[in-house]
Amino acid sequence: MEKMCKEDLMKLIQSTNFTVIELGLYLDTHPNCPCGLSAYEDYSKKLKRAVDIYERKFGPLTIHGVDSDTEWAWVMTPWPWQKGCDC
Amino acid sequence: MWTYIKMLEFPVNIKTTSATLATAIISQLGGPDGEKGASVRYLSQRYAMPDKRVAGVLTDIGTEELGHEEMVATIITQLTKNLTMDEIEKSGFYQYYVDHTTGVYPVSAAGVPFSVATIQSTGDPITDLHEDLAAEQKARLTYDNILRLCKDEPDVYEAIKFLRAREMVHYQRFGESLRMMIPIISMLSILHLIKVQPVCNIRFARLYTDLQRKTAKAVANPVPSLVSKT
Repeated sequence: MEKMCKEDLMKLIQSTNFTVIELGLYLDTHPNCPCGLSAYEDYSKKLKRAVDIYERKFGPLTIHGVDSDTEWAWVMTPWPWQKGCDC
Repeated sequence: MWTYIKMLEFPVNIKTTSATLATAIISQLGGPDGEKGASVRYLSQRYAMPDKRVAGVLTDIGTEELGHEEMVATIITQLTKNLTMDEIEKSGFYQYYVDHTTGVYPVSAAGVPFSVATIQSTGDPITDLHEDLAAEQKARLTYDNILRLCKDEPDVYEAIKFLRAREMVHYQRFGESLRMMIPIISMLSILHLIKVQPVCNIRFARLYTDLQRKTAKAVANPVPSLVSKT
């Protein structure tokens, strides 16, 4: 994960984020399923790690992940619908 | 409370513009069975849902629909980027262009502005869940029609296929939610038989939580006469 390029890491975040959303919906109606719970734990850990690396290297993904000393980085990277955003 | 994530749920990277396709796909933003209606519907209905699990389903699906709204708006933006005047005049897109240029405005494919008159929030959990099941099928059908229109545009096709698949999953979860509410349906039938009509939602919610508590208690402490004396 540490050595991934920006595009690959974003793809990994998107697919892991999707898995977490999907497992979340499943667990809403199956709150006691042990397989669902353990898969959720694995993927949410993986997602957290990938997001931490991405935000450190390429810029914030949420307003809680902004690391700015000189300028407000939240508005310096393109938005998802703009050219230059790889998502 | 919500937090925005600066990415799409599924990547959208459209290289070729198409004003005609944008005119059709915008229906999934502001049309009668579009994503905006879906999010408003579920996020409004959840306040009347007495079951914590089903309120969770409405919150999480409503939130995901906000992400789908963003995906559809991104598709529209990219399909209409750098259009030529010639393309605008020939495609029929000029009818939208005259009022909104290439800005994103929630309308149906026929140009009818988004209206909450196309959704319901009744305060009755069973009625709302049936509405939600129907809504997912209507959105799935609209995506089927869009897929037939964009089969030559692989970039658009993949994103629409993803959105269509989500409608199927949401339908499944709402079906499970309805099944979870079956104790309520039975209880309502009994109340109807003994001529007690729960009219207001607060009373309904109290009855429901009371019933849940009693069921849990009954499972934990079986009726003495049913327990073997040995």
